[in-house]
Amino acid sequence: MSIETLIWLTPLPPVLAFFIIVLWAHRNNRLSHGIAIGAMLLSWASAMFVFWRAVNTHDLGHHPFTSSINWLPTGETALKLGVLIDPLSALTLFFVAWTCLMIFIYSVGYHNFGKKRDSEDRKGLPPHAGGIEPMYARFFAFISLFAFGMLTLVVSDNLLLLFIGWEIMGLCSYLLIGFWYGKPSARDAMIKAFITTRIGDVFMLLGLAYLYSFTGTLSYREILYNEQTLELLASTKSLIPVFSTGGLIGLMLFIGTVGKSAQFPLHVWLPDAMEGPTPVSAMIHAATMVSAGVYLVVRFFPLITVGWHEGGHLTPTMLTIAAIGAFTALFAATIAVAQNDIKRVLAYSTISQLGYMVAAVGIGAFVAAAFHLITHAFFKALLFLGSGSVIHGMEHGVHDTHEYVDPQDMLNMGGLRKKMPVTFATFLIGGLALSGFPLVTAGFWSKDEILADAFAHHHYIVFGTLALAALLTAFYTMRQITLTFLGEPRTKAAEHAHESVRSMTLPLVILSVFAIAAGWMGIPEEFPLIGGLIPNWFHEFIGGTLLEHPKTIAFNAIPLLTSVGVALGGLLVGWAVYRSLKSGAADPLRKPLGPVYALLENKYYFDELYQVAFVKPAYWFAETFTYRWIDRGVIDGFLHLVGRTSLRLGAFLRSYIDVPIVNGAGDLVGEGTKRIGRALRVIQTGRVQEYLIIGVVFVGIVLSYFLVFKP
Amino acid sequence: MIPLSWYVLFSAALFCIGLYGALARRNALAILMAIELMLNAVNINLVAFWRYITPDIIVGQAFALVVFAVAASEAAVGLALIISIYRRRHTVAAEEIDMLKW
Repeated sequence: MSIETLIWLTPLPPVLAFFIIVLWAHRNNRLSHGIAIGAMLLSWASAMFVFWRAVNTHDLGHHPFTSSINWLPTGETALKLGVLIDPLSALTLFFVAWTCLMIFIYSVGYHNFGKKRDSEDRKGLPPHAGGIEPMYARFFAFISLFAFGMLTLVVSDNLLLLFIGWEIMGLCSYLLIGFWYGKPSARDAMIKAFITTRIGDVFMLLGLAYLYSFTGTLSYREILYNEQTLELLASTKSLIPVFSTGGLIGLMLFIGTVGKSAQFPLHVWLPDAMEGPTPVSAMIHAATMVSAGVYLVVRFFPLITVGWHEGGHLTPTMLTIAAIGAFTALFAATIAVAQNDIKRVLAYSTISQLGYMVAAVGIGAFVAAAFHLITHAFFKALLFLGSGSVIHGMEHGVHDTHEYVDPQDMLNMGGLRKKMPVTFATFLIGGLALSGFPLVTAGFWSKDEILADAFAHHHYIVFGTLALAALLTAFYTMRQITLTFLGEPRTKAAEHAHESVRSMTLPLVILSVFAIAAGWMGIPEEFPLIGGLIPNWFHEFIGGTLLEHPKTIAFNAIPLLTSVGVALGGLLVGWAVYRSLKSGAADPLRKPLGPVYALLENKYYFDELYQVAFVKPAYWFAETFTYRWIDRGVIDGFLHLVGRTSLRLGAFLRSYIDVPIVNGAGDLVGEGTKRIGRALRVIQTGRVQEYLIIGVVFVGIVLSYFLVFKP
Repeated sequence: MIPLSWYVLFSAALFCIGLYGALARRNALAILMAIELMLNAVNINLVAFWRYITPDIIVGQAFALVVFAVAASEAAVGLALIISIYRRRHTVAAEEIDMLKW
């Protein structure tokens, strides 16, 4: 089997698993998760093999593994469907396969496999007393379909197949956020997520169509590796004079990313998506699906940056992207500071980190963006799974003590390091990676690279914003760790929490290895002391994705010291503020920050703003305008008018034409015949002699007529 | 030679007797006999006019023969009908045989 065939086959096992589970295996929980994990294991093994081959191929960027078929003939040309493994997709495939597999395994424990089903548990609601999830098999079917979507997206060699995978994931995201559909909040969240991302998707589809109509192809290699096409895209003006055609297409594709990766202003769905089961939050809303948005902009980096040369002025498209990314990074980080729900903090931190990557693409830091994409996927999946483990432990505590507290509220936790040592250790690693703890963690290297790139190319505003966001990131991460694991338990439930099962902690351990080690592959060679110990393999490898190998950045102490400073400073402040929080006490920041804290806690009132600006008008439009005015007023009114007019016309025709004339004539014929018959029947007596008399009389009359007149 | 008008008057009288019988008699047999009378009156007319007006052409006599044949068969059919009616309804009174009405 050639490597191309293997790439084709890589996404398939999960989708087969989906159909097998849905159609046949769903009654048997063990069989269902066996099929799902087995299929994912196959995909994982094939992805690892492809990755290994990709890494060992010389100059993969110019000689990628590629294969395509004609799928949809469109006149002269045909839409092609194909697979492509170049350095970027190889690396993405690597982290997608790993995180997906870990999350599949984790889900077994998370959904309490092996426990008896609690008779009080209902489908569509989370199990409340530690029983097995009532829709266990369905969960595995959905995440299998999801994994198929993501793998398809990654191995695709064109925008169309990417879009298909993208939409499959959108559907799965919808289904999985609303997995516990018995909860109204989950139902609202699923609709919110679907509609919000749809806004981005519409623009993305427009961009896709624009790109296809302009270049006649959607294949990456034919667009992104074709200097003539790129030159043409850069030089033609688009409908909007500021942007070149390529720039406008790039911007439209970027709006797709804004929806999928929850960038400002379409960020509102991601925190609410935490209503789904935690593995879903980890898989879809941290590691893979939201990364797909960033993958798109990283993949289309040559298109987005058309007309830009390394070190030159940013194009309007890039400026927009950089501004949105940097703003989102800071904006989401500030909100995360004031959230108490352990998953919501992570959700906002995801938005913030995705903003980092987007900002990195915006300033042209291709390598840094891709690097952060990969490291982030590992440590954020780790953090989410860790938080799921914490919630699981807290739920046990709540169940054991019968003390009703919100198991997701960090203010109710504390001291869990003793109860859940493995979760604590791995969560600490993930948290430090997220905050960019110097030297050891993966997050440090990738984040530092973005900051260094921004500084080196004199994008000081972006640099400042991201540095500030990094400070806040370190702060809220330490706040989270301190509130959850350090100090003393603040509730009885926290005292009774216990460590999760092996199938949940094992993925945590594996992911925490990546959360540290993933950074080592990209240590800049000029870094003091340890630089060059390990070659900067990542830069070499991923740089091959672009036509022109990107330059490495000259070492500069200022961004390095900044990133070390903000990371350590944020961690220290976070620890200092929250280390001695008493049970039942409010957040210590609430008082000094005052109204600002309320603003942050309520996420800048964006949900309320959107409620007033979009949801209410939409309801008004549907209810009052469309239904009452247009439907009931105009359309129904017109129909009623037509109906009434026809009725009147009909009544007129009936009473003046049909009844007297048509019916009258008909009746006259029948009635007349009847009357004549009745009148004449008296002479038909049946007596022969009377007939004879009539005959004689008649003959007599005729005869006398002839006799008298003699004709 | 007896003038033609006598024959014609005789035949008219015979026809009137037959007509009267056919209209006035109640018995169906009598009506049948009256009809025979009227046919014979016609025969007298036919033969008389042949003898006095066109003795060379035999048509008048031939026609009278046809009328005989018709009269004979008519009597046969009529009698059969009357017997059949009598068997069913036990009457031969013409005004009681009135089933063929509305």
